Amino acid sequence: MPMAGLVLVAGFLLLALLGPVLTGDPSAQDYNATLAPPSGTHPLGTDDLGRDALARIAHGAQVSLQAGVLSTLLAMVVGIPIGLVAGFYRRWLDPVVMRLVDVTLAFPFLVFAVGLAAIIGPSLKGVVLALGFSQLPAVVRITRGEVLAIREMDYVAAAIADGASDRHILLRYVLPNCSSPLIVQATVAIPAAIIGESTLSFLGLGVQPPTPSWGVMLTTAQQYLDVAPWLAIWPGLMIALATLGFNLLGDGLRDVLDPRSGR
Amino acid sequence: MSLLEITDLTVDFDTEDGLVQAVRGISLDLGEGEILALCGESGCGKSVTAMSVPRLLPPDTTRLSGSVKLDGRELTTLPESRMRQIRGKDVSVVFQEPMTSLNPSFTVGYQITEVLRRHEGLSRKAAGARAVELLELVGIPLPARRVKEYPHQLSGGMRQRVMIAIAVACSPRVLIADEPTTALDVTIQAGVLDVFRDLRDRLGTAVILITHDLGVVADIADRAVVMYAGRAVEQAPVAELFARPRHPYTLGLMNALPSAAVNGRLAEIPGMVPSPLTDPDECAFQARCGRAQPDCRLRRPTLEPQLLDAHLAACFHPGGQS
Repeated sequence: MPMAGLVLVAGFLLLALLGPVLTGDPSAQDYNATLAPPSGTHPLGTDDLGRDALARIAHGAQVSLQAGVLSTLLAMVVGIPIGLVAGFYRRWLDPVVMRLVDVTLAFPFLVFAVGLAAIIGPSLKGVVLALGFSQLPAVVRITRGEVLAIREMDYVAAAIADGASDRHILLRYVLPNCSSPLIVQATVAIPAAIIGESTLSFLGLGVQPPTPSWGVMLTTAQQYLDVAPWLAIWPGLMIALATLGFNLLGDGLRDVLDPRSGR
Repeated sequence: MSLLEITDLTVDFDTEDGLVQAVRGISLDLGEGEILALCGESGCGKSVTAMSVPRLLPPDTTRLSGSVKLDGRELTTLPESRMRQIRGKDVSVVFQEPMTSLNPSFTVGYQITEVLRRHEGLSRKAAGARAVELLELVGIPLPARRVKEYPHQLSGGMRQRVMIAIAVACSPRVLIADEPTTALDVTIQAGVLDVFRDLRDRLGTAVILITHDLGVVADIADRAVVMYAGRAVEQAPVAELFARPRHPYTLGLMNALPSAAVNGRLAEIPGMVPSPLTDPDECAFQARCGRAQPDCRLRRPTLEPQLLDAHLAACFHPGGQS
């Protein structure tokens, strides 16, 4: 199964990186073929404005990839240092950070996304910020939990006895040894962010038309479900496949990286 | 002047049950190139005494008083940043658990070069070459290949040798070895002890060997300090200690050795270690001692010279062939 995940993820990456180059302008309109079913010229059909669904799927993959990867990266870049410092130094910092994490966790994601869209306007940037923020608590918690376990390890005691500075211990001893659960977390967070981007774009809070996004395509498609069902099927299928691929890959990685799960 | 002088060291730990008195006033000195064994049962304060030299005890809960001087320089009041420069350079530690004391994410070579670059300011290349030499020094075959390996690729004995290589990388004045052979099987133990002896002979490193294995003490140490309930109860050159043990506790330990077993049954010391929370003015060992007299309960015996000046024991009624 992990191999199937790897194939799906690789296919998704290829589609996002090469697809847009191969398929051409996603906004080009074919006025002779609006809401056309799949055919030789338009392999996946066209939408209400005569735009090629295949080109829009390919460009949408790019948007999904950006939303998924950038938001996860944002959460990691911000969350890992917070978790490292809170878990390593404890004292007053740790409870403060953890309560803030609880507050963040209690805040409904969509309400936050709506608020953010109202402030900076609906855009991919807003989507990435909202998704990154919503992933932050998980990253901080996982990092902190790992740090709590690793700071008690003998090799950390040995590093202190060798005269290592706190900075050195954090970067060379703690961080590398808590990386596996974070890698697994990333493979869970990316598909969640892909769905999140589609959700926000579907609701009109994310990527704005005419920029192609799987979520935007679904919004359009729902108006023509009875005359052109394929318009809903393609983006829906893509969201499902991309998500499934990352999750399968994550399962596989967890088995490889986590010694406790055994093999 | 001795290399290391510990004077009247007491260490208490703040716990939920109260103040645990781990070390209750111990004075030790260690000469250049000397191998000193600290022995006693678990909880007698031997590790705490040794770990207070490089100040590796948890800072939040430890209350320490007394003096620790290395080359005449007081260590207990040194700022933490200065202390970091001493750890791994002048005073190094080899821990008990070779299996878990190396960073699993880096090669052993990298971990050795790390210390060299930190304390000696060596370049990456020079440190790499030195790492190979160090592995050879501690008796690891094919050192040039081993430096590129990760800890999980090495056996326990190999890892302990790597730990020792890291500890001696900067030619420390004092090497503290906390039960370095306990986790190893017997054949490998002897090899590791040879490494210590060899280092002492070649580099003049003084070693504090923490152990509860009297066999190891007899094998390698020059002098031994027997600790009980946070105090030194007997201190002597090793040959003298084994020939004429004076303190009843030391005698009890020696009788408990498997080689001293009578009819295949190990002798034991009856009773329990006294509470580390209270410290009545009496001999801490009297409740378990076969030679105890009423005066043992009235005040605490201090270390007094025995037949040799270098042989001290804290007992009103010392035993052995006197």
